Amino acid sequence: MKTVFATSRPGRAGVWPPAPQTEPAALIEPRLLREKRPCLPELSELDVVRHFTGLSRLNFSVDGNFYPLGSCTMKYNPKFTEAVAAHPGFTALHPLIPQLRGAGHFTQGALEVLYETERFLCAITGMHAFTLQPLAGAHGELTGVMLMAAYHRDKGNRKTTILVPDSAHGTNPASAAIAGYQVVSIPSHEGIIDPAAMEKVLNEDVAGLMMTCPNTLGLFERHLPRIVELVHSVDGLLYYDGANLNAIMGKMRVGDAGFDIVHINLHKTFATPHGGGGPGAGPVGVSARLEPYLPISRVVKLEDGQYYLNYDYPKSIGYIAPFYGNFGVILKAYAYLLRLGREGVVRVAENAVLAANYLRARLRGHLEIPYDRTCMHEFVASVAELAASHGVRALDIAKALLDRGHYAPTIYFPLIVKECLMIEPTETESKETLDGFVDDLVDIVKTARINPAAIQAAPHHLPVARLDEVRAARAMELTDDAGLSEVMEITAESDTHA
Amino acid sequence: MIPQDLRYTASHEWVRIDGDDAIVGITHFAQQQLGDLTFVETPAVGTRLAPGQEAGTVESVKAASEIYCPVAGEVVAVNTELETSPEIVNRDPYGAGWLFRVRLTAPPEGLMDSAAYTAHIAGQGH
Amino acid sequence: MPYIPHTPADQEAMLAAIGVESLDELFADIPPTLRASRLDLPPGKSEDAVLRHLAALAAKNRTDLLSFLGAGFYDHAIPAAVDALAGRSEFVTAYTPYQAEASQGLLQAIFEYQTAMARLLDMEVANASLYDGGTALYEAIMMAVRLTKRTRIVISECVNPIYRVMLTSYTTNLNLTLVTVPQRGGAPDIAALMRALDGNTAAIIVQNPNFFGTIEDYTALFATAHRHDALAILSVYPILQSILRTPGAMGADIAVAEGQSLGLPLSFGGPYLGIMTCRKALVRQMPGRIVGRTVDSTGKTGFVLTLQAREQHIRRDKATSNICSNQALCALRALIYICLLGPEGLQRTAQLAMERAHYAARRLGALPGVRVYNTGPFGNEFALQLPVRAYAVIDALLAKNIVPGFPLGRYYPGLDNHLLVACTEKTSREDIGILAEYIGGCL
Repeated sequence: MKTVFATSRPGRAGVWPPAPQTEPAALIEPRLLREKRPCLPELSELDVVRHFTGLSRLNFSVDGNFYPLGSCTMKYNPKFTEAVAAHPGFTALHPLIPQLRGAGHFTQGALEVLYETERFLCAITGMHAFTLQPLAGAHGELTGVMLMAAYHRDKGNRKTTILVPDSAHGTNPASAAIAGYQVVSIPSHEGIIDPAAMEKVLNEDVAGLMMTCPNTLGLFERHLPRIVELVHSVDGLLYYDGANLNAIMGKMRVGDAGFDIVHINLHKTFATPHGGGGPGAGPVGVSARLEPYLPISRVVKLEDGQYYLNYDYPKSIGYIAPFYGNFGVILKAYAYLLRLGREGVVRVAENAVLAANYLRARLRGHLEIPYDRTCMHEFVASVAELAASHGVRALDIAKALLDRGHYAPTIYFPLIVKECLMIEPTETESKETLDGFVDDLVDIVKTARINPAAIQAAPHHLPVARLDEVRAARAMELTDDAGLSEVMEITAESDTHA
Repeated sequence: MIPQDLRYTASHEWVRIDGDDAIVGITHFAQQQLGDLTFVETPAVGTRLAPGQEAGTVESVKAASEIYCPVAGEVVAVNTELETSPEIVNRDPYGAGWLFRVRLTAPPEGLMDSAAYTAHIAGQGH
Repeated sequence: MPYIPHTPADQEAMLAAIGVESLDELFADIPPTLRASRLDLPPGKSEDAVLRHLAALAAKNRTDLLSFLGAGFYDHAIPAAVDALAGRSEFVTAYTPYQAEASQGLLQAIFEYQTAMARLLDMEVANASLYDGGTALYEAIMMAVRLTKRTRIVISECVNPIYRVMLTSYTTNLNLTLVTVPQRGGAPDIAALMRALDGNTAAIIVQNPNFFGTIEDYTALFATAHRHDALAILSVYPILQSILRTPGAMGADIAVAEGQSLGLPLSFGGPYLGIMTCRKALVRQMPGRIVGRTVDSTGKTGFVLTLQAREQHIRRDKATSNICSNQALCALRALIYICLLGPEGLQRTAQLAMERAHYAARRLGALPGVRVYNTGPFGNEFALQLPVRAYAVIDALLAKNIVPGFPLGRYYPGLDNHLLVACTEKTSREDIGILAEYIGGCL
């Protein structure tokens, strides 16, 4: 499709605010004004509607397609939560109102949502307290590492490193490094952390360990109690990356297991839609000894049942976000949790794990499964053998799956499995969908052995064929220049008139 | 494929000794592992580098790798062609795809010969 | 069970295929000592019951207030088409566009968003979004620190104090020094900012219009920063940017903004939109996702995420940022909003908001003992100096369901009598008349 800049026609507009009574220069000195009107699209409302409706049709989405995307928990996003977040009683609230002394009673409903959501997350994780400020999972990680730093600073500990298993998401080492720590990678043994290997890198410099459990291979860290003991022995802190919480929600509480800090992805486990890459939300929970460092403000419930914002935490790390987090996202997660309740939460984990193991069992014999034992909510298959024998790589399989209407599994990590397909079906997909995916995947692998070129050239049935990413990175065409020359001509003309 | 007149590092840089200078590049194996390069960052002329010090970056679409200086010395020239044509490294890693030239301040140490490097990459495979 | 499709027969068949007897067997790896002993959640509710509960909570919020609260977050009108289009589930329930061929709609939209932001701010490139205006400033600082390898940041006290608190939080563990140069009369002290620059300064940060609403031209300041080889970072307000002198024209290296005013509801603080733009020469240090235009294997135009070697999923601990999820859907809303208004609509919106604010300043400034605190020109927001404590007025007006503005004393010691008053195109002259009457009544 042409861009909005290419279809723009001078003089058109969709929305016409009333004409102002003055010119900018009547209020502001001309030296403070922009020289040229910004060259932005000029389109009718229908033009805009057609354009974006057209674009939406070029997209896969959970509502249209199965997303077996490992580590991303692309489950169904219940529709009623959209209605909740769109309620004008929430959308029209200015975030500064409860910060005005004496105006807290104007936002009691919103504060209750925050308070109750924190309480629910504490119940699920067994953590002592939560902050809802972090605006995404990685933002939660950064917050968590900052809390670690604050704890060690307060105790006078001199800590310089954070341990991260080699199976970790890229955000873990990035978050630790950005918060000022050096990252030490721990090699996995049979897919999980080996306490003996960890002991070798464990010393007094270690501020903490960041761990995803189950890990990105879908395996539960069976040596968890020993790992907790080891990290705590050097006054290190245990960080739980909640990316894979969907596997154990209601089955195990990470706080009980000894974790000190945990972040949760509301856009994974708690079914808020991913929005094509956000907004998400990454609440962070802590054990009692880390509570003093949580970001401010914090929502407190008074004895009379009123809620207010408390800023009086002298050891707090401060503001992580301007306000209380991605409130619209938090609302959806809160509504989802109310809907599921106690029993629903447990069923989520059970059925997510059931679906992953079912796919693993059905794919056995068709694809190599490097760690073929009971998995949690996801597992990793590999096409390394197919790549070596027929030159068909994981990327090719992924593109061929798109052709059959399935989104592709995660193929860029874990880095420790070559040519991996990381598959996470979630609890919301029916057996028929799972079977259809298996049939298609098996057929693609079969085709790859007979006619590798057909798979290597996939996709064949999407709006575009395989895109040239090398050219994109070299040419760096990051903005459109359509319409720019036109405006320059008009400006040049008006200049001559002036 | 692995020239016998060069010296190598475990991190896949090659070194050609040229009088008082050393010319540095990345090996054929390295460029093959990275895939089509999209960006090469070389050190500024005048930079003093110690062996093992980070001297630049090579990027492809799906990977990025630091370049470590294999020798001690001062950078006296860089291959400016790579700014606009990083693909030269893919095409001719041991020739036109050289990265930078260092005026040596100490004799090179601890580098592999071609036989040792051949054995080294045999252990890494694909 | 809600959202779980498996019938008992399905479950049985699936367990049989796996070769286990029960669901519980699948959790055998969790040591018994770690099994959850309790789960303190209420029982599940029907969809209808949840909706009623949430509606009751929404009713406890007062959204019918006459409000002059801004402070960087503004109540602009949002065309219904923004909700209709950005609410399409093909966008809402899509994943990050890593598989480009299945994500062309979103990728093209982000490419258009990048273009729109670059043009609005008059900068060369934009990324696909960051979380909000505050984290965008933080990321801008980190860019400057990486690029200059220096550790000192000079910031004007006129930059939104909420963001300044955020920056302090983020830099505490990083051996960076934040030097804050005090404001005077709601404006930055340009000469003092210039003097604060030195050979270890990575960047200077200013805001336009600033927190007090005052509008400046920072061209000379930025030229001075460049003479010290420091980067110039400017935070702007997108609506007013449609008429104000641009970051590009002033010589900014990085320009950021809170994008909430572009079609996003206030929504109690989020989700919002972090806009980031910069000079093209700095793009390899820019954080976050970036979309580029390319061609497919048949030569057809298409879009992909590009320059990914900067990002955490490839570079890990050497990445330019740890950001992964951003605010893609909010960026889409901003793009749709801009497309619906066009340059004319944006400029009208800005001009209307400014006219209302200037009218309010005349009316309120005429009250006995009251004066406009801003010494320089202002846009749609200004500070009032009252003869009484700002809270005396706020308390009295809250009782009438009017929020007269933001008390500047909260962040600026010594400004306890000062009230920050914002208008948008939605503020009517009648609203301003009511505000003037009530403020006059408590003096």
